[in-house]
Amino acid sequence: MTSLSKPNRRELLKTGAIVVYFAMFTPGLGAPQLKKTVAPDEVDSFLAIDRDGGVIVYSGKVDLGTGLSTALTQMVAEELDVPVRRITVIQGDTALTPDQGVTYGSLSIQNGGMQLRQAAATARLALLRKAAQRLGESGVNLVVKDGTVRSRSGKSVTYGELVRGRNFSLKLDKTAPAKDPARHWAVGTSVRRVDIPDKVTGRFTFMQDFRVANMLHGRVVRPPAIGAALMSVDESSVGGIPGVVKVVRLGNFLGVVASNEWAAITAARQLKASWSKWEGLPDQDKLWEYVRATKVIKQETTSDVGDAPAALAAAARRLDSTYDFAIHTHGSIGPSCAIAEFEGGKLTCWSASQATHNLRKQLALMLSSPEADVRCIYLEGSGCYGRNGHEDAAADATLLARAVGRPVRVQWMRADEHGWDPKGPPTLIDLHAGIDASGEVQGWHSEFFVPQGAAGNVELTAAALADLPRETALQPGGIIQDSAIQYAFPNVRTVIHRLETTPFRPSWIRSPGRMQNTFANECFIDELAAATNSDPIEFRLHHLSDPRAAELLQRLARLSGWEKRGRPSHDAAAATAGQGLAPTATGRGLAYVKYELVRTYVGGVADVEVDRGSGEIRVKRFYVVHDCGQIINPDGVRNQIEGNVLQTISRALMEEVTFDRSQVTSLDWASYPILTFTQVPDIEIDLIDHPQEVPWGAGEPTAAIVPAAISNAVFDATGARLRSVPFKPDKVKAAIGGA
Amino acid sequence: MARSIAITINRRLVHLTVDDPNMPLLYALRNDLGLKGPRFGCGLGQCGACTVHIDGDAARSCIVPVGSVDGRKVLTLEGLGTPENLHPLQKAFIEEQAVQCGYCINGMIMQSAALLTKTPHPTDAQIRDGLATNLCRCGTHARILRAVKRAASA
Repeated sequence: MTSLSKPNRRELLKTGAIVVYFAMFTPGLGAPQLKKTVAPDEVDSFLAIDRDGGVIVYSGKVDLGTGLSTALTQMVAEELDVPVRRITVIQGDTALTPDQGVTYGSLSIQNGGMQLRQAAATARLALLRKAAQRLGESGVNLVVKDGTVRSRSGKSVTYGELVRGRNFSLKLDKTAPAKDPARHWAVGTSVRRVDIPDKVTGRFTFMQDFRVANMLHGRVVRPPAIGAALMSVDESSVGGIPGVVKVVRLGNFLGVVASNEWAAITAARQLKASWSKWEGLPDQDKLWEYVRATKVIKQETTSDVGDAPAALAAAARRLDSTYDFAIHTHGSIGPSCAIAEFEGGKLTCWSASQATHNLRKQLALMLSSPEADVRCIYLEGSGCYGRNGHEDAAADATLLARAVGRPVRVQWMRADEHGWDPKGPPTLIDLHAGIDASGEVQGWHSEFFVPQGAAGNVELTAAALADLPRETALQPGGIIQDSAIQYAFPNVRTVIHRLETTPFRPSWIRSPGRMQNTFANECFIDELAAATNSDPIEFRLHHLSDPRAAELLQRLARLSGWEKRGRPSHDAAAATAGQGLAPTATGRGLAYVKYELVRTYVGGVADVEVDRGSGEIRVKRFYVVHDCGQIINPDGVRNQIEGNVLQTISRALMEEVTFDRSQVTSLDWASYPILTFTQVPDIEIDLIDHPQEVPWGAGEPTAAIVPAAISNAVFDATGARLRSVPFKPDKVKAAIGGA
Repeated sequence: MARSIAITINRRLVHLTVDDPNMPLLYALRNDLGLKGPRFGCGLGQCGACTVHIDGDAARSCIVPVGSVDGRKVLTLEGLGTPENLHPLQKAFIEEQAVQCGYCINGMIMQSAALLTKTPHPTDAQIRDGLATNLCRCGTHARILRAVKRAASA
């Protein structure tokens, strides 16, 4: 039995220690009770109800600033029929929350939320049975409202009275019926986000705000070249700084610890260290030659219909294009931060990691400690959009805390984040198609050159620098997704050439692979539409048999006021302009994807202006139609779609990690500029809701279509194909010049 | 050398002893005074997450030496309004749900508050220009623009 005192939301968020007290001990009842279960098949792993009827949700999926905690609250409120405000969410604590997998891939509602829904449905069934017994009524005569079960005869009992502070001690019941969506009152409504009032008044505790008693401040001193070896350190160079506690050196891992943050920063800057020379990066000017020359260690065929090479060989006309997509950084506004504390040989580490259960394994491995001796607790950080530096900061803090025997907070500086977070790898894609004499596409053959690996644990930089036990495999994310296409051409082959290596430690950034692959695929589809004098929407519809896809594209045509066209706008402009083209060209382009071919459908239209003189692209308006099945929170979905559009306009137009032979050189916002307010377009969204269907993800899919929609719009405007992200003005000018 | 500094922070006079007067104001606000509104983003004055008002003007506290604000008035997000008594901008950001991760929002609100003080009824272009050097990575820009517009017309 576990007794739960009424938790104060802020207290719970402030420190995991308080949560442990509530959850693991029963005050006044003597000996500590069993640890809270985190087993994936137990209702108690996901839910608790306190004596006052307050509900605690334990979620392994974490809110990365997407509004997830509000959406999960709605799903649980719905199944249990308790008010949203009576629910508290505890996230990503390895001692308290079940391992529901990494918070990535637009899976938090689709998978995590659905597990919670099942736990809540199981709990509801058990509570109703208990209530029926208690009230002496048949279950069919009971209704629940606001956490109180009432009978038709007027008797009632609250959840708090039924549970009496105890555990459910129930296995998750996959047959427990979820509520009929026709009766939903919380799901499908735009409940306001629970975290926003605190975030706009400076009350919210981000990871970067969190402090523990007796804590010191650490900073890391990374090598000036990625593979450099630390030759010597002159500790006397920081001797004069008041507050410096220790210079920590473990192999090539170097850091400073001080009693105050500014002393740590000053010491990290002043510390004199000498490093070996290392120039192992490729020449950026020859990046794509480098990628093409990298050893292919295996080939994966992601779809194979008919005989694409034969169809291409026999085609009356062939199209061949190469697309490339630059290296991107996550670019979190708040650099990564973590706190590590050892007590009795056991580590507690607070971070904004997407994957506290995995991080726990990684830190235990690094320390050669049993996993049981490591606890990782999630606190919201700045948005990460994938695996950024949070886990690395956690490893940094762990090594520094172990070295000084006191809790250490590590806050990365801007250059640490831009220079050392793992990167979205460079992606090179060759596309070939064959068209027959009647104008029908007979063959499609695509080849993707991407690094090996999947979406496992990304190597911890601190462990690598200190040469401690660690996982070392490349983990770029599930980057082969959306390499295969939904369009039904008679002959299709899509092949992944897995490269042995890639210039930087890779990881996933929002819509990993799906964005790069959809960029190439949807631009090439536009090339085929233009080559066959087809309207881009009609061309797609002609090759799609999926009614949800068709509905989406038809609604996109309506939303954007799409005018059917057999040839691009620039043809008409050129025909009427004679020699003198207007200095600004306008056009619109379309892109569509069924995410991973199995879930969320999304299509978009970009309206752009292209300055022929400067090569600058301005996205004026962006239309999105989005079908993610059952919508939990419409405004939350809109917020995510807007974010996807704006962040990806930034990535497509501007972003590119720069480097010399030793290290990243785009180490701040001047050298890695992102979208600003003066470049923000109008965004119009049409949400297709399917309340009777399962919910799918909305955190990423829209991002996948943005680069292609812009590139296709620039083609419409100018006749120039942009096949290389980012679409920087010099590239645009060159493309227009050659159009 | 340690130096004593007096600053009026959120309408209250505080005395600080600092080892290094060149330490940016941000660290004094966050570590010595326990304020969480102003945030560390870049330390270079490029992103705006650390924005506060100094004598009524928006300033990047990550590059303002604490020694230079001796005797001056500093206002942070906490001093702009409270949950019980929200500033019109804070209210508008809630109404428009103009937050994703929220890390940049301090800067968005503080920069806009300074803009609205000088230009109570800005045009859309003036709002965009006013926020031109405040960075948001989540892509909340459209909502932020609507929120500032809403606050200006309140």
